[in-house]
Amino acid sequence: MDISLQQVSYAYAKDTPFEKRALYDVDLLIPSGSYQAIIGHTGSGKSTVLQHLNALLKPTEGVICIGGTEVVAGKKNKKLREIRQKVGIVFQFPEHQLFDETVLKDIMFGPMNFGVPEEEARQRAIELVRLLGLPEEVMEKSPFDLSGGQMRRVAIAGVLAMNPEVLVLDEPTAGLDPRGRKEIMDLFYKLHIEKGLTTILVTHSMEDAARYADRIAIMHNGRCVLQGIPKEIFSDEDRLMDYRLELPQSIKFQKKLEEMMNKKLPSLCLTEEALAEELARLLKKEREI
Amino acid sequence: MKREIISLQEVTFTYAEEDIGIRPAIQNVSYTINEGEWVAIVGHNGSGKSTLARLMNGLLFPQTGTVRIFGEPLNEHNLWDTRSKMGMVFQNPDNQFVGATVQDDVAFALENNGIPFEEMVERVHASLAKVKMSDFMNSEPHHLSGGQKQRVAIAGAIALQPSILLLDEATSMLDPQGREEVLQTVHELRKETDLTVISITHDLEEALLADRVIVMNQGEKYATGSPHEVFERGQELIDLGLDLPFAMNMSRLLRAQGVQLVADHMSEEELVNDLWTSHFNK
Repeated sequence: MDISLQQVSYAYAKDTPFEKRALYDVDLLIPSGSYQAIIGHTGSGKSTVLQHLNALLKPTEGVICIGGTEVVAGKKNKKLREIRQKVGIVFQFPEHQLFDETVLKDIMFGPMNFGVPEEEARQRAIELVRLLGLPEEVMEKSPFDLSGGQMRRVAIAGVLAMNPEVLVLDEPTAGLDPRGRKEIMDLFYKLHIEKGLTTILVTHSMEDAARYADRIAIMHNGRCVLQGIPKEIFSDEDRLMDYRLELPQSIKFQKKLEEMMNKKLPSLCLTEEALAEELARLLKKEREI
Repeated sequence: MKREIISLQEVTFTYAEEDIGIRPAIQNVSYTINEGEWVAIVGHNGSGKSTLARLMNGLLFPQTGTVRIFGEPLNEHNLWDTRSKMGMVFQNPDNQFVGATVQDDVAFALENNGIPFEEMVERVHASLAKVKMSDFMNSEPHHLSGGQKQRVAIAGAIALQPSILLLDEATSMLDPQGREEVLQTVHELRKETDLTVISITHDLEEALLADRVIVMNQGEKYATGSPHEVFERGQELIDLGLDLPFAMNMSRLLRAQGVQLVADHMSEEELVNDLWTSHFNK
């Protein structure tokens, strides 16, 4: 399911004295099956873009195409229900949205609300509890008796239970410890590949954007100012600085090394692992000479 | 010898007093934090870090053991006096906003503490300037992004000119530059005053900046020492669900690729120098 934003502008509290423009002429095409990262400093408009991706906000100008459905500024739309089923959003701190008596009931709520029979919803919920690495005994517990990391997983399961085709993630690992963070990000990547999802990650972790995304878009002052593949995006440090962003740590370190060696590595290394391999290869070559 | 600011002695705390089957959130933890120190408390989710924060400012009281603040055991009588000397910033700023505008919010605690109007205005302006939020003085908090809100929360805490600043994952929602600004702010505050900083964090680069690191695991104090001493434990910390600073991870990956190094380096400079002397400068 392709998603495209065409000349999208958005103003909060439009036509009131409190009107505040948040987006200006944003053009963004997210091809079906891609892993798109949206980066930008706080207040750049990332979260506002995100809320347009399943029509929680509708543009005040411009058009958004979500699959075959158009959301046009100023027009009523009857197909929002379908969009919201296909585009799952994991908000920041999704555990704040937990509410039901048991973990299973909480996960089942979304699908049942969309007409999935109870037994099928239960089956999906059980599978998801396992997929997310939660212990089986939590299923009948209150979600509020779980640890923060477990609550986060239950909330994510609730979004996945809708079988979305597009998964939108807003800082999904904020507040998790390093192991939890890695587990969750690896899980999203696995789902992305195995289920052929379109994944949209809103993050201020340059490392995550470099490691997981196929494409990156940079938001700055409400505009989408740069789009491209990670290697392009991270090849221009000055430009990133203009947008108050930084290079991922591995690339920063690569630059330090290149300065010391007075020589460039063959390509930009997006992860620490890639950099270690590249360096080892270089050293091996040097020894052979 | 620096003055003792906070001291925990054999503190045990459980949220479920009637249920002995549940492991206490904090088990027999002791430590002392001195005036002017920057102490980072790290640990996996559920290791007891946030409970420690709540014990230190009297939101919770231990079942056994003592919490001493400024040398006095913390109790219901000196609680309010103590809190006025402790600025606290939590992870999620949405839960700590009270004002209708940014400046009202920063002024709230000052008003509560009876600071004269003229001085209040001055302090609000100065605090907001320190976190680079002066331009948003009249904005409504809910119009700010997460990171901006957090900087306002920090401004609110430092406006009280506390002796202790307790940051409970306060930088975890900020973008890299926002985080840098906040840490820089903390640095400057410590230069000007004898501010004691306690930061509860998952960010190991932040922990590296501290004078001392306390590692929590399953409600117990697992280790304490300088960042260097603590991170030297390497794999042990990874097994606890933590991570290592970037340079150490990089060192380990290089070694796994067969690149010889003198040690797993804590800082990028050390690692670059080692690579230079052992491999490139030949």
